[in-house]
Amino acid sequence: MALETENDGFAEVVTLGQSKPLLLDSGVALDSFDMAYKSWGKINEDKSNVILVCHALTGDHFVRGINPITKKGGWWENMVGPEKPVDTNRYFVICINVLGSCAGSTGPSSLNPKTGKTYGLDFPVITIGDMVRAQAMLLDHLGIDKIFSVIGGSMGGMQVLQWAADFPDRVVTAIPIAATWRHSAQNIAFHEVGRQAIMADPNWDHGGYFDKGKNPHSGLAVARMAAHITYMSESGLTSRFGRNLQDRDKIAFGFDADFQIESYLRHQGISFVDRFDANSYLYITRAMDYYDLSADHGGVLAGAFQGTKTRFCILSFNSDWLYATEESRHIVRSLNAVGARVSFADIDMDKGHDSFLLDCDDMYNIVSGFLQSEAELMGLIDHE
Amino acid sequence: MNKKKSRASDIRVDLLEIARYIEPLSTVLDVGCGDGSLLRYLVDEKQVDGRGIELSSEGVNKSIAKGLSVIQGNAEKDITYYPDQSFDYVILSQTLQAMKHPDQMLEQLLRVGKRAIVSFPNFGHWRVRYELGIRGTMPVNKTLDYPWYSTPNIHFCTIRDFVDLCQKMDVHIEKNMAINAKGYQMPFANLIFANLMATQGMYVLTKKIKI
Repeated sequence: MALETENDGFAEVVTLGQSKPLLLDSGVALDSFDMAYKSWGKINEDKSNVILVCHALTGDHFVRGINPITKKGGWWENMVGPEKPVDTNRYFVICINVLGSCAGSTGPSSLNPKTGKTYGLDFPVITIGDMVRAQAMLLDHLGIDKIFSVIGGSMGGMQVLQWAADFPDRVVTAIPIAATWRHSAQNIAFHEVGRQAIMADPNWDHGGYFDKGKNPHSGLAVARMAAHITYMSESGLTSRFGRNLQDRDKIAFGFDADFQIESYLRHQGISFVDRFDANSYLYITRAMDYYDLSADHGGVLAGAFQGTKTRFCILSFNSDWLYATEESRHIVRSLNAVGARVSFADIDMDKGHDSFLLDCDDMYNIVSGFLQSEAELMGLIDHE
Repeated sequence: MNKKKSRASDIRVDLLEIARYIEPLSTVLDVGCGDGSLLRYLVDEKQVDGRGIELSSEGVNKSIAKGLSVIQGNAEKDITYYPDQSFDYVILSQTLQAMKHPDQMLEQLLRVGKRAIVSFPNFGHWRVRYELGIRGTMPVNKTLDYPWYSTPNIHFCTIRDFVDLCQKMDVHIEKNMAINAKGYQMPFANLIFANLMATQGMYVLTKKIKI
């Protein structure tokens, strides 16, 4: 296996767990599972220049380059690449498709090696902690111990925090963006709406649609529509759509998409079902709902980071109401309480939760500045 | 660009006066650290373990890009989350007068830090007295840089007021310094002289050891 890749990289799939199964939080042991990943840049001799990118709920490992599923560009080309804030000329950047997903790593749409059928609901319920342990197994397999930086937004940021909490000796720096430390009642509520939409679709068929050639497209589309609203801010929606009408100059007194926002959401829903599996959506949203980093520490988040040497750079967006700034502040205060090295900025951007995917100079400057100074500290790059 | 080692000539003179009292290799929290220039200087020149709190995005962004651990937040709120005696020094430079509760801030500084270094514009300076007493206007000058209607400074005090507060709060004054308009230290002489001639007061404070 080569760890030297060109800018466009390659996707590779590794089967893990056969010699040592992955023990899931639910108690189930997963003894054979695939992990798909993609990487960019060159790894250095002592493997000290590794940056792990963690993707969000519906993301994948196609950070850069053409995504073979959507045929579109990668989801974080603005952040990761040559001379980008996460500079692939300097760092070996790797992104791993999360366990439970549907873009290459094992999930409910994969074949169950024991039955030869699609897992469906036989797939064990997983947690963010399980996802991170599966990633750790892949990095072990690649001979990578220390990770110079773990970075990710939204659920990616939740994984970053989980990495820092569970593997403090492996994670040198951590950059959670637009993340939270536990799912709130409101977060769980929105996810439950999405799951109910999927399960109410007769084509879902108790998760067994795959082997019957069915697909709960309508349910999944509605789930995506509801979720998509939570990724945007009210002011963002108003400035982009307002009450503008779609291809008409007056309201039609019917239930077609009169308004542009309706048409937009329908498009978001419909295009989503082509690239995502409904059962994966159930499993991953569940993993997010179960996420609470303070749970093992009597509800005190600081307990998760006691004695940490990892250096943190935490970013939030002031228009994000899904994982609001206050959640990031709570993480920052908890880290301060244990004397951790932490930087924090609440970035002024009006696009809501999804801001972390968008063009944002403040985010670029902070991430590149933070990585650069930490890399100098580590002797990865020369003092400029 | 931002990576150049910080030099004494890069930072404000009055901040250098503060830096003189920081022991090498100590831990420092700079409350209201601005663009991080003092912290950067302390990290480079005294190898301190430095942290900062800053309200403005601009200051925070610049500080993080300088490789400093700085959090964006409200000083009065965020300082309460640091553990007791977790820093050798806590610095509050030219910010006390912008606090909602300067007395509570002073208490927090000495809870979190073994020593506090506090500097503030002296409202007892003769020019201030002249502007207020003779001209009858609120003072606007280099250290008091805002007109009354847009100033963030809501709790001005004189050096004497500050000393009185320390006494009332049982705070031990380890060192008092008078700073002139150029930012340099001048002889403190006595309280009456300093309160009239210094544009800034600068204090190194500790908790009074109760016997």
